[in-house]
Amino acid sequence: MNGAFQYFMNNQDEVIALTLQHIQLVGLATVIAILIGVPIGIYLTTNDAVADVVLQIAAIIMTIPSIALFGLMIPVLSVINQGIGFLPALIALILYSQLPIIRNTYVAVQNVDPNMRDAAKGIGMSSWERIRMVEIPIALPVIMAGVRNAVVLSIGIGAIAAFIGAGGLGVLIDQGISRYNRDMIVVGAVGVSLLAIIADTLLGILQRVLTPKGMNINA
Amino acid sequence: MIEFKNVTKTYDGKVNAVDDVSFTVPQGNIAVFLGPSGCGKTTLLRMVNRLVPITKGEIFIDGEQTNSLNEIQLRRNIGYVIQSNGLFPNMTIEDNVTVVPKLLGWDKEKMRNRFFELMELIGLKPDDFRKRYPHELSGGQQQRIGIARAMAADPPVMLMDEPFGALDPIIRSHLQKEFLQIQKEVQKTILFVSHDIDEAITMGDQVAIFKDGRLMQYDAPDDILANPANEFVSTFVGSDRAIKSLGLHTVADLVNQLKVTPVAADSRQISLKTDLRQILSIFFNEGYEELVVVDEEKKPMGSITIQDVQKYLHQTNQSA
Repeated sequence: MNGAFQYFMNNQDEVIALTLQHIQLVGLATVIAILIGVPIGIYLTTNDAVADVVLQIAAIIMTIPSIALFGLMIPVLSVINQGIGFLPALIALILYSQLPIIRNTYVAVQNVDPNMRDAAKGIGMSSWERIRMVEIPIALPVIMAGVRNAVVLSIGIGAIAAFIGAGGLGVLIDQGISRYNRDMIVVGAVGVSLLAIIADTLLGILQRVLTPKGMNINA
Repeated sequence: MIEFKNVTKTYDGKVNAVDDVSFTVPQGNIAVFLGPSGCGKTTLLRMVNRLVPITKGEIFIDGEQTNSLNEIQLRRNIGYVIQSNGLFPNMTIEDNVTVVPKLLGWDKEKMRNRFFELMELIGLKPDDFRKRYPHELSGGQQQRIGIARAMAADPPVMLMDEPFGALDPIIRSHLQKEFLQIQKEVQKTILFVSHDIDEAITMGDQVAIFKDGRLMQYDAPDDILANPANEFVSTFVGSDRAIKSLGLHTVADLVNQLKVTPVAADSRQISLKTDLRQILSIFFNEGYEELVVVDEEKKPMGSITIQDVQKYLHQTNQSA
């Protein structure tokens, strides 16, 4: 452990740079995943047949080992000269994030009290007004829980993206393995864990802030 | 004015949930839709604001056919109150009440003024409730807010689907009376769904009784109690319909029709506004032979006995 600490102190700049890279990759993937996943989740509540299919597909994607998914994308993205590096890692993380985000959005919106929906329609809200003013705010805590899930998952999988040259804290683990440098591996692994714990805590606070006040029954 | 013309709702091409219903609700009246569950009363109500599409027939609001209007615009011009109040838990009371004005694009000050006006009307202190959330309110308060929200944009027509159904009997009768007071001021045309005959008699200027989607009778409560159109109606209103009808008459009605005997003993005093159903229960519960009627200045006018009530009921039922 002492050795790992020494390694960290001697290579602070590099470790911090890799951490920032990691955050950048996961952050960008999460934002894009939300922009894709939340609308899909909301749409699915209006179409049960499609919902089953889409949720199945998202679940299957989750079961593909990440290293295999990276491998599969190399020939495809090589066509545009992006076979390895940032782009395939980003795409993989977006795909992995879809299940928790879509599923939580779908379940949350599905569970909005039908009376709320009836009242919203009855007083003359358009579909979009209903989604924006009623359904999303009520569903937000559960959607946020899905996002938290996706972020923690992505931070872990992001470490493996180093194997295809996407950078991030996985680089320390990758190089540590090839160089038999245990300290590097420990710094990389602890870094990933800390990052996941901090992100989860911060998102937990954000979740509480975003929960509409009236929904906080214990308050 | 709301006019139903041969309105029919068919599900899956076979079952008629609402079957060829025609009647007219005059401006400023409350029409209660009454009947057992599954009789189509709620379906008919929801056809007015097109939450349920009409299969056949037409509905006119102030002469305009509802199907010719934009669905969203139509609904914004119709107040809508449901049993479970349907307040949005994520919005404050003020935001809930002013949600329709907001959709209509009113400015902030106008919405604030309207909020204060409505809260005065429903008897809740605006400043105490403005920033609170629905879950912090009692059932009765939530339902009042639901009514205020429905009236926010001052729609000429209101639909109320068992608005007091989830409340306990004491709060319910309190809110019924309160709402009738409000109605005196605002004079809306109201369609009101209920499964409770007593509520229908209290609230309705007209009562429409449904069975299996068909309109059985549409009349003033008085007439329905005195002359049920058929076996179903008379069973539905109950064998105690004579006693129920007493609730529609006050001591003042009786005094107008019968001579009151001069005051005898100093007995319990009753005001002209008391309804005859209450009078009956005072006779039975408190064991008086006669009750002293007093006018607004508390001056005794005469006394009535239980026989007077009986005689009055007899006369009115025959004349109806």
